[in-house]
Amino acid sequence: MRIELVKRKEHSRTMALLSPLIAVALTALSAAILFSITGHNPLIGLYKFFIEPLTQQWSLEATIDKATPLILIGCGLAVCYLSNNWNIGAEGQFVVGALFGSALPILFPSFENVITLPLMLLFGAIGGALWALIPALLKTRFNTNEILTSLMLVYVAGLLLDYLVRGPWRDPDGYNFPESRIFSDAATLPEVFGGAMSLSAPITIVIAIVLAIVLAKTLKGFEIRVMGESPRAGSFAGFSAKRLTLFSFAIAGALAGLAGTMEVSGALNQLLPSISPGYGFTAIIVAFLGRLNPIGIIIAGFVLALSYIGGEGVQSAMGVSNEIASVIQGLLLFFVLACDTLILYRIRMVSRRVPTGEASHV
Amino acid sequence: MGDSVAETTLPEVDEHPVQQDRSEKDTLLDARGLTKRFGDILANDRVDLIINKGEIHALLGENGAGKSTLVKMFYGSLEPDDGEILWGDRRVTIGNPAAARELGIGMVFQHFSLFEALNVVENIALALPNPGNMQDLAKRIETVSRDYGLPLDPEDIVADLPVGIRQRIEIVRCLLQEPRLIIMDEPTSVLTPQEADQLFLTLQRLAKEGCAVLYISHRLEEVKRICHHATILRHGQVVRECDPTLETPASLASMMVGADVAAVSAGEQAPEIGETRLALQGLSAKAATPFATALNNISLELRAGEVVAIAGVAGNGQGELFDAISGEMPAAASMIHLDGTACGNKNINWRRKQNAAFVPEERLGHGAVPGMKLSQNIVLTRHGTGDKLVGAGFVSNVEASVLEKRIKQAFDVRMSHDDPEARSLSGGNLQKFVVGRELDRNPGILVVNQPTWGVDAGAAALIRQALIDLARSGSAVLVISQDLDEIFEIADRIAVISRGFLSEAEPATDMTRERVGLLMAGGAETQGEVA
Repeated sequence: MRIELVKRKEHSRTMALLSPLIAVALTALSAAILFSITGHNPLIGLYKFFIEPLTQQWSLEATIDKATPLILIGCGLAVCYLSNNWNIGAEGQFVVGALFGSALPILFPSFENVITLPLMLLFGAIGGALWALIPALLKTRFNTNEILTSLMLVYVAGLLLDYLVRGPWRDPDGYNFPESRIFSDAATLPEVFGGAMSLSAPITIVIAIVLAIVLAKTLKGFEIRVMGESPRAGSFAGFSAKRLTLFSFAIAGALAGLAGTMEVSGALNQLLPSISPGYGFTAIIVAFLGRLNPIGIIIAGFVLALSYIGGEGVQSAMGVSNEIASVIQGLLLFFVLACDTLILYRIRMVSRRVPTGEASHV
Repeated sequence: MGDSVAETTLPEVDEHPVQQDRSEKDTLLDARGLTKRFGDILANDRVDLIINKGEIHALLGENGAGKSTLVKMFYGSLEPDDGEILWGDRRVTIGNPAAARELGIGMVFQHFSLFEALNVVENIALALPNPGNMQDLAKRIETVSRDYGLPLDPEDIVADLPVGIRQRIEIVRCLLQEPRLIIMDEPTSVLTPQEADQLFLTLQRLAKEGCAVLYISHRLEEVKRICHHATILRHGQVVRECDPTLETPASLASMMVGADVAAVSAGEQAPEIGETRLALQGLSAKAATPFATALNNISLELRAGEVVAIAGVAGNGQGELFDAISGEMPAAASMIHLDGTACGNKNINWRRKQNAAFVPEERLGHGAVPGMKLSQNIVLTRHGTGDKLVGAGFVSNVEASVLEKRIKQAFDVRMSHDDPEARSLSGGNLQKFVVGRELDRNPGILVVNQPTWGVDAGAAALIRQALIDLARSGSAVLVISQDLDEIFEIADRIAVISRGFLSEAEPATDMTRERVGLLMAGGAETQGEVA
């Protein structure tokens, strides 16, 4: 008995929808096994992790707060991944965006009027885009591997933030704590829906919907999809791979930078040595779980946001290490990528003996 | 390639092999009821095949008829689902290629498996179970290769060798193992006519020595010329066996297709030559990679109303020339003129807007995106050509499917359901689609690379006729092809490309296969250098 993968003639639409669901189910099953191994009741563990955060208003609001940056970054990464540009550095682009956005309220605290916030968001997007363009330019100019360069720049960005918060941008009235000054009201993202969420959530949803339309309906979206699947056919269509690399990195960086600025302006209200619990990395999982489709990414963002809240939940209620959240996120990415195989292949059980030497004909 | 040209006194190829009653000869391989299934497709359906000792046995069939599947089972790279193979009078299970070689079955593949950075003797040593001392092996290679009329220098680096010589390496590699059956998959598709003649002599000598050859080819002329017996496959079944010497290429073709193949008519209507539509002037380009070919001072004028064909053995710069003409590879502006406008530095969509159209060699991955629907693949080449496919940046799926239906009907593209992904079409149907996509625009200039490569006879005839019709309606058509039969069928003028040099285009009526062969083997090069 052995398992064979048989290539389908076309992509399976059913499997394209089912594969993320199968991945989530397999992740839940693995999580249950993990809970059992560590001596906890798996059912209670799963409930605390995946369900309980949805039952209370405060945890639901916290989930939305966590989901917002994940969705925004994930949307930008989807543009990169669809066009075959492997941007792994969204975490750094998020941080540099936050730095650019914070420059205004920190360096010019007295500049308080209606355009303060729009300017901050604009700067944030520009900062993220500039940071993302570094690996893009290195790739188009010198053929470097963007996976490595974008990832390495994450740590550069982190150290830059750390230096600024402990050094020049430290709050002069902050008793030497490594924090920037608290942003003024004009530099703070307002809350909407009676304080249930920050303005960042509706902004994110609108951006995701616009991006979904661009990807599905426009020539630019077509170009992105063609380049991702078949660069040679893309150049036959007259599209430029280099220009698209710059474009997709700039979009992903801008959205990550915007998310960074909205995070410091809305949720944190100041710069801290650490402003992200790994949003930029988790968003990679969000992008793939959402099938690189902005609407799917909205849903996937919520699922991954749950893992943050749920991780805290099981830690406080059951004494399981908070690291369980990272483990479950990793499992989820693993299963999502594995299940994607089913879209173009189907599984067949074969009971006959294994022939050898299919590969070599030398 | 030079050495095969130098040998002017080739012995005559024995045109009419002596016929013997097959049953009286010794049976070497007897396959009974071989069946192989891939999913829903029955690739081989109860195939019976007998190969005698000393026989050159042709295996004929259209693409997808099951030829490759059958020989892969003989060579041990596929396992039959049902049926048995008798070797001599012993029942054998051929589990892998090593087992096949042990029995004495060798195979020469269409696509070579050589390491370009290594030399001849190293490549051969890698394939032998116990190569022994390298110097002894080099001597054996020299002796065997000279003996069989396929001389090789064991110290040559493969990357420097032309395709014809590379094939010799593969053949000599087989011969060193003293095979009793050699399987050859389309061996002449990479050879000049002269090199092919040389190969036929070797095969005939092998056959005289009692070695059997299973010969797969689409070139029915040569099958008629050298094969003793032919088995014809259609849809995985043996439909006929015959003596090819008693058949004509046309009758062999209709056995393969199962119907009469419409003859393409080019010469009947003399072209009305108009003004120059495409001009190449001193087109040169450096090789982009170590394995690419540089283009050397190529000049050509393509005029309205005519079909010009560029012949040449694979890998002599055809792909690079196509990319330069299409605009995927930039050149200096003055090197390429479309309707009198210098445009060597303009991109492919600019050229399409000048009413030029292009069909590349590779259907999947270059001419079409495998995972996209046909209607989306129409947008691929026609988004900039004013077909109302794009408005205000948005792609109109409605307009795209209108075009898809029109092309499907006009070019008889067969599919299991409407608007499938490109990858699910068979080679012939996808080729009809990618050619039809451009012809549907009624382009003034059409450049097509290998228009019927790997396409079945029916689809090939349809495509060739469409190319001629386009030219006769006043467009200029440039065909790059390795298929000499095709070239002589459709071309008004013929040029030959060799190592990135292009010979002057001469009227097809003045050209002979011998002359084309000489140009392929380097004549184009010297001509190009003089020019």
